[in-house]
Amino acid sequence: MTTVTGETTETVEAADTAQTTEATGTAEAAPYGNGVLGQPLDSREDPQLLRGEATYVADINLPGTAHMAILGSPVAHAKILSIDTKAAEQLPGVLKVATAADFTDVMPLPCIWIPGGVESHFPPHPYGLPGARPVLTGDTVRHVGDPIAVVVAETPRQAAAALSAIEVAYEPLPVVTLADEALKEGAPQLHEAVPGNLNAYWTCGDKDRTDAAIAVAEVTVELDLVNQRTINSPIEPRGAVGDYNAATGEYTLYASTQGPHNHRFLLSALVLGIPFNKLRVVAPTVGGSFGTKGYLYPDMALVLLLSKALGRPVKWVDTRTGLMNSTVQGRDHRQHVVLAGTRDGRITAVRATSYANLGAYPSTIGPGVATALMGRSISGMYDIDAAFCEVYAAFTNTVSLGAQRGSGRAEAAFLMERLVDRYACEIGMDPAAVRRKNLVPKEKFPYDNGLGWTYDSGNYQLNFDRAMELSDYAGMPARKAEARARGKRLGVGIASYVAICGVGPSTRMSKEGMLGGTWESANIRVHPTGEVTVTVGSASTGQSHGTVFAQVAADELGIDPAQVQVYEGDTLKAPYGQGTYGSRSYSMAAPAVALTARKLKAKLVKAGAVFLGVPEDKVVYEGGKVYEDGNPENTKTFAELAMAMWYGWGLPPEIEPALDETTHFDPPDFNYPFGTHVAVVEIDELTGETEVVAYTAVDDAGNIGNPKVVLGQIEGSIMHGLGQALMEHAVYDENGLLVSSDLTRYALPRAFDAPFFTLDKTTTPSPHNPLGAKGAGEIATVPPAAAVVNAVVDALSDLGVRHIDMPVTPEKVWRRLRGEAQ
Amino acid sequence: MDLTLNVNGRPEKFTAQPNELLVERLREGLGLTGTKVGCDTGQCGSCVVRLDGRSVKSCLVLTAAAAGSEVTTIEGVTTTGGELTGLQEALRQEHGTQCGFCTPGMVMSLGELVDSTADGDAPTEPEIREWLTGNLCRCTGYHSVVRGVQRACEASRAEVPAGSPASTAVGQEV
Ligand code: FES
Ligand code: FES
Repeated sequence: MTTVTGETTETVEAADTAQTTEATGTAEAAPYGNGVLGQPLDSREDPQLLRGEATYVADINLPGTAHMAILGSPVAHAKILSIDTKAAEQLPGVLKVATAADFTDVMPLPCIWIPGGVESHFPPHPYGLPGARPVLTGDTVRHVGDPIAVVVAETPRQAAAALSAIEVAYEPLPVVTLADEALKEGAPQLHEAVPGNLNAYWTCGDKDRTDAAIAVAEVTVELDLVNQRTINSPIEPRGAVGDYNAATGEYTLYASTQGPHNHRFLLSALVLGIPFNKLRVVAPTVGGSFGTKGYLYPDMALVLLLSKALGRPVKWVDTRTGLMNSTVQGRDHRQHVVLAGTRDGRITAVRATSYANLGAYPSTIGPGVATALMGRSISGMYDIDAAFCEVYAAFTNTVSLGAQRGSGRAEAAFLMERLVDRYACEIGMDPAAVRRKNLVPKEKFPYDNGLGWTYDSGNYQLNFDRAMELSDYAGMPARKAEARARGKRLGVGIASYVAICGVGPSTRMSKEGMLGGTWESANIRVHPTGEVTVTVGSASTGQSHGTVFAQVAADELGIDPAQVQVYEGDTLKAPYGQGTYGSRSYSMAAPAVALTARKLKAKLVKAGAVFLGVPEDKVVYEGGKVYEDGNPENTKTFAELAMAMWYGWGLPPEIEPALDETTHFDPPDFNYPFGTHVAVVEIDELTGETEVVAYTAVDDAGNIGNPKVVLGQIEGSIMHGLGQALMEHAVYDENGLLVSSDLTRYALPRAFDAPFFTLDKTTTPSPHNPLGAKGAGEIATVPPAAAVVNAVVDALSDLGVRHIDMPVTPEKVWRRLRGEAQ
Repeated sequence: MDLTLNVNGRPEKFTAQPNELLVERLREGLGLTGTKVGCDTGQCGSCVVRLDGRSVKSCLVLTAAAAGSEVTTIEGVTTTGGELTGLQEALRQEHGTQCGFCTPGMVMSLGELVDSTADGDAPTEPEIREWLTGNLCRCTGYHSVVRGVQRACEASRAEVPAGSPASTAVGQEV
């Protein structure tokens, strides 16, 4: 373990002045009213969390709660011949055992992201939507963990014990776990409606142009890459509590969800067939998600149905092994990629063919993650004339694929950044010089990347140079020599990226095949006492929304953030919104808050004219009060205005009393954060162990609301990416059994797996929202895997090593050190 | 079997099944839900409590085996809504918690480290990282937690004269 520097926070702050770039679009500079926005305020959520007082779903104990356990299939692919539940029903405490036969009127869970512009095949859904899994499987199981039956009992232990008394007879079917294998002639077939297991063949970019450029190129390099399947592993497993109120006919679902409103819509209208206004979804404190908890799962429907059937609240809490066998998994592409360029380092074309493994069922938005989110990003920060990506999205006997922190973008960055290094090696040029030469120049923004995205704003050169400087890239040869003297091989790897965030423009997303609006909303209510409540449709999974949204409102209104309370996560209380995913809360929900505050200010200026007795154009709103221009004595404070508006006395008919405004924010386009990371690794010649000895990251997330919060997200994100590079791997055996099904066999990074990081930022505001914000939460997960693998290959390059698959385990490296093939 | 546990300074008498885990007793039997369950295998550390002063993973301890012991859970560290301990305050200042699910286990585990070094040498960064090995966090990347412990140690050493008993880092002796 090594400590490099502890200067993360200082450097981030120092960058505020030193490294701020100009906005290149039409961004208005955010009017940082009272200056609380952009400040590293302590997170107001933290004390509760530190005292263990926050309520997670497993901590909810409603009176009379019964407990549910789910029987998952022990085999990966089989016909169910019979299910006998009699013995289980007789066991102590058991209240109900249910199978698919009990839920014949319940719809399968829908898939709402169908890759746009191509013919897609899905299992049928009775409502004409693409279908995913039924709430319980009755005929054929398709992966280990596929839910077959549930038990509800008085205690969790009784429910779990009864599972083993359910007798199921299976007729085994052949198994396939790899996407490319599943597409071969004669492969086992998963769904009758999906010929050849092909969910979609999806492309983007210009194939002819790309093929032509490759055909005439001075240099081409190729790689076969495996972006291994990984498991997100939030430390809190998922859970759900269903509570049906027979008196009112209303259902309440408490669930570990990233998107309570979205889950309410999908569950009520599309799965359960109950009125939208009779389902309330509450996200209590959620213990991390990283993409997994935005998906619809059978348990969410089951606890509601069983609560109604039994007349009691029904609670289900997953185990770690259960999570690993049922919660969406990430990545999983096998790719053949080609880069073409000139001898002097100009990249002329990139082409990728990818086999994406969707797992056994299309998850809520998995097919879109595997196609558009990955494919349209592959050219990264580079100005490339011709690019093309094709994805074969296939079904296999594995857990369904979904989002994983940095999803799609991380896979894209990995392939491009590996290719750039391969190319640099081929032409004998420094990898940094190749990158520098191909960065999209500042003047070219907005930049159409030819793959479907239009980058909003950026100064990639500044960002890149800062990363080179901060990492002391120029000093690496000396460090290599020094390490060599200690018997270690030192390698350095660079990875740059552009991440699409701020999902998004609803119409644009509909063209990508998203069946649903992707806007975000906020409401602000000013109470008679001058306190303010902000409610948003987004829902935190650990991102300090309560702190940051209060900063936004306080900054706009010019008041103390302590006056502002933020609520979210309960569909009964919060305005509509799609939730937290794709690093969108600060660039989607926060702008909604800011715009709402501006509406309030505009109203207060109108009303101020009445209260101050002057014409409207003489009224100034500033510092949390209104006053007469040129006569600041004639003023009303925010608190006075709040009370006056509450009474509503003396207001003309065109001004409604009270202060309560809502905004639905649908941006004109996405936003595109970017950055450059540099990993330095040391490899132990004897053991093959790779140690990350230095890690430098310079990210650009536009204007930042709370640097302390973002710093934490960047650090966590990098660690997550390092996990994929070094240790994480969801391993399925040939029978489709998930071998790495608990934390003894699935490695997660621990505290000694990386030293402190050296962090900095550049700031290029996005023109696509009023705060100039870009996504931040997960962006730093995008490049680390590529940076680390590039560094490892660099360290081994004199042995002729040109690529090494993730995770870079000591064993793999040790074999390469001994000259064995991959 | 009939048992007594001394939990957060209060004697609790109950009947436990022989295979009952301490974490089940705390969460389900006693309603002390601050202790979390993140895994089935003793890997994540979300369930760490102190048993007779030492931090243990309560998902790996049978209730019966803890009979007669002193147990301190996160609820025993501060009062509801009350002032934070030195360690908690330091973690707050460094934003050493995001989703917070791993946090009670971290606080319980790190409290022992901060306590044990309050009147001796402050732990080095590698020692802190080593100590954190049994606690998984997926949100923070651990760095803010490490900085928090460093800050807590500094603060506790500044406040507590060398040689004096017990730092105030977790607020109470167990
Ligand atoms: S729940 Fe005890 S270590 Fe994970
Ligand atoms: S803060 Fe979320 S797991 Fe540690």
